Amino acid sequence: MSDIFLVAEHKDGELKRVTLEILGELIAQGIQPEVLVVGAPDIQKLAGALGSKGAEKVVSLENPALAQYTTEGYANALFQYLSTKSPKAVVAGATPLAKDFLPRLAAKLQAGMANDCTEFNVKTSPITVRRPVYAGKTSKQVSFVTGPAVFSVRPNVLAFPADAQKTPQVEKVSADAGNVRAKIVEVQASATKKQDLTEADIIISGGRSLKSADNFKIIFDAASAIGAAVGASRAAVDAGYAPHDMQVGQTGKTVSPKLYIACGISGAIQHLAGMRTSKVIVAINKDPEAPIFSKADYGIVGDLFEVVPHLTEEFKKLRSQS
Amino acid sequence: MNIFVLLKQVPDTETKIRLTGDSSGIETSDIKWIVSPYDEFAIEEGLKTKEAQGGTVTVLTAGPDRCVDALRTALAMGADNAMHVKTDGDTLDTFQVGKALAAVLKQNNPDLIFAGKQGIDDDQAAAFGYVAEFLDIPSVSVVIKVEMASDKKSLRAHREVDGGAKHIIESTLPCLVAVNKGINSPRYASLPGIMKAKKKEIKTFTLADLGVAGESARVSESAYAMPPERSAGKKIDGDAATQAKELVRLLREEAKVI
Amino acid sequence: MAGFRLSDEQAALKEMARKFIEKEVIPVAGKYDSSAEFPRDVIQKAWENGLMNITVPERFGGLGLGVFDDVLLNEELGAGCLGIGTSIAVNTLALTPILLFGNDEQIQRLIGPFLEGPKLASFCLTEPGAGSDAASLSTTAREDGDSYILNGSKMWITNAGFADLYTVFCTVDKSLKSKGMACFAVSREAQGISVGKPEDKMGQKASDTRAISFENVRVPKANLIGNIGDGFKIALTTLDRTRPAIASSAVGAARAALHYAIGYSKERKQFNRPISDFQAIQFMLADMATKVEAARLLCYQAGFEIDQGNLKLGSYYSAHAKRFAADMAMEVATDAVQIYGGYGYTKEYPVEKIMRDVKLVQIYEGTSQIQRVVIARHLLED
Repeated sequence: MSDIFLVAEHKDGELKRVTLEILGELIAQGIQPEVLVVGAPDIQKLAGALGSKGAEKVVSLENPALAQYTTEGYANALFQYLSTKSPKAVVAGATPLAKDFLPRLAAKLQAGMANDCTEFNVKTSPITVRRPVYAGKTSKQVSFVTGPAVFSVRPNVLAFPADAQKTPQVEKVSADAGNVRAKIVEVQASATKKQDLTEADIIISGGRSLKSADNFKIIFDAASAIGAAVGASRAAVDAGYAPHDMQVGQTGKTVSPKLYIACGISGAIQHLAGMRTSKVIVAINKDPEAPIFSKADYGIVGDLFEVVPHLTEEFKKLRSQS
Repeated sequence: MNIFVLLKQVPDTETKIRLTGDSSGIETSDIKWIVSPYDEFAIEEGLKTKEAQGGTVTVLTAGPDRCVDALRTALAMGADNAMHVKTDGDTLDTFQVGKALAAVLKQNNPDLIFAGKQGIDDDQAAAFGYVAEFLDIPSVSVVIKVEMASDKKSLRAHREVDGGAKHIIESTLPCLVAVNKGINSPRYASLPGIMKAKKKEIKTFTLADLGVAGESARVSESAYAMPPERSAGKKIDGDAATQAKELVRLLREEAKVI
Repeated sequence: MAGFRLSDEQAALKEMARKFIEKEVIPVAGKYDSSAEFPRDVIQKAWENGLMNITVPERFGGLGLGVFDDVLLNEELGAGCLGIGTSIAVNTLALTPILLFGNDEQIQRLIGPFLEGPKLASFCLTEPGAGSDAASLSTTAREDGDSYILNGSKMWITNAGFADLYTVFCTVDKSLKSKGMACFAVSREAQGISVGKPEDKMGQKASDTRAISFENVRVPKANLIGNIGDGFKIALTTLDRTRPAIASSAVGAARAALHYAIGYSKERKQFNRPISDFQAIQFMLADMATKVEAARLLCYQAGFEIDQGNLKLGSYYSAHAKRFAADMAMEVATDAVQIYGGYGYTKEYPVEKIMRDVKLVQIYEGTSQIQRVVIARHLLED
């Protein structure tokens, strides 16, 4: 029986990719975790997805009251189950949802916690993780010296695991959501179906040089041609060209996509902090002296209003070939 | 309403982070300290709520003596009272900070607590959850709008979730609301506010006063490391069409990311 | 020696003023420089945030801040935009005669409204024929019942087009020279006042500078500040007190020019390296910085002495501060333009504006030459 628990996350009946990334890393460390799924609409389907990446044990915490996410419901149900075990570690993806309930769960477990980890090792004693701090300007090691380790792992930093066909054992547990005082009364879907920046493989961001909210359309066009999410610099957000949920950087989101294309972004230290762990960085800027070029793998000195539409065309060509 | 705002003093966002010689932490000697930007939104939301509903705003922090400046800033913005859990000499982890703040809050029975969604130093984004849990009150995080019910017994909070979607959450009071950028535009301290703030008393507590001195740290930190420096890569020349074409080729054939 | 550290409140004041210019002044400075419009909205915000009339004593409902505090504030305003800063700061100059020499009733009646709303005041001393030689002014005040009747013209009056109150210096008898001078608070509503068109200036475009004339303007005796014959003393005492802040605005402007020059020198590459690598540029930057630091200390010292009540010493340091800060700011701004090269000479970069703006500081509120006269007088007196 494992004392390492992975809290799986699902949305619209699908498993989040970060859950599988963590699963793969745990298995690579020689750990077969117990995967906890809360309020799954179709546990067999999720178990199948988990099994395809090597999960052997899946526990489904079930209660009609858990069908919709609530902070307290998730924390209560997970605590109720975990208090019957002796967990050494509880891990989840560093998603908006997990970062919401995990601190409450940690408090219930009298445990320390670490959010947004980029590395972890559950085989050491104490368990250690590494997490970026100061918006990624530096990172630190956190050791769980007392009690269980509760931590979340940032999406996109671990390799996506190879297939390992397993058929997990699925245990269904009747769970109690407990006293829920904060409930979702309405879900407002995004006007445009946007990818979440923290989970996107490709991000194209625009800066203040776009000069207006309307001009952001050329960024959106390029993004939709290649299936990218759209980000923005703080300067663009503060100027009202883009909403805050698109902001990348110290007072916005920290992202680690495979490809980050910065258009008309000069590269203030706060912005660089938010995207420096991207695997490949492309900078398009009129100013050859823009600091962003010193961090970019590929640099294009040019007017984004000329370059980006051509890029969109090239992306479209690429898509039509494949 | 009895409104509390939790705040944290952090290095300015423009700070160049340098590590201490033994990498056990960051060099703090030349740092300019500010109120964490998300906490400024929390202070503003507290003040706006007070202006609409009446009551008082009390700001609360845990940290070393220098944090008094952060409290004075909040007082100068218009907060009525300030409380300081002094932690000099101790580095507390989030669990211990949660215990300390919850202990003060328990003595004061707030109706509503605001906090920033995270401190921009440690980026941990967890203190709000510990505090709410230790107080056994509901919490809503990453909030960009708060609407108070007319009977002041509940509120609706708009929470940002992934992909630009929003959850509208109804919560009973007392409740802890962790706010995100976008909820408001914080006022800055006016000059008369600054002058008034200097005369206000700041109530201080020690961990022993609060009965939480015995709580041991759950985590320890060590081995700070700077990220690898990225160096400038290739410049792609030519006209816009050529540049775009070459970029796509390189991304496909060399970097293999598309 | 008390040391050079600002008190917590002073540090907070400086910090607040800096935030204000970052948020409200710097983003619009270029716009007002090119349109030469009056920055009403910025003045409104400055007033709302308590940045105007800061020296009004607490017992009259003000903040009761000193000259040193005014120095701190004006460095930030000057770093934001000298023109906008002048528009904001000139109230303190215009109201100081009333605060220093007015009675309680006058202070309450005349200055009270400035604490209630964003009103403006102008200091009317200079005339077409009386600049540095202020005692030679020829605007007259003639007693008539319970009033005085004012006649004459003033030049280069800041905020004249928008002021609600003027402090006007005149003479009851020109032959008495300085001993015949008097100071009056004149309402904008008084009959017979006409203001000229805004001057088309080289810089400080956001400040409103005009001629103003008084034709049989009736002013009640209740608005005579001090006594007949006090006018010259009132003018000089006022200028001694406000000069450190004016000087400090030049320190702010120079600091901004230096800041821009440092940033640009690190970005601009020639011969495959940033020009900041070259000693020629490094020495320029070093000299600019030394000048800024030295001027700031003179401003601090002047403010400190006046706040301590050491008026004579204050007057001495004020003259040093104004002369040195204004001249050094002109030099620093010119050097900043030089470091930018051709770019610095264009309106695309901020340094040419600073260079145009600071020129005026060498001229207004006592030219650099008059300051030297004051300094020499202190040195040579027995």
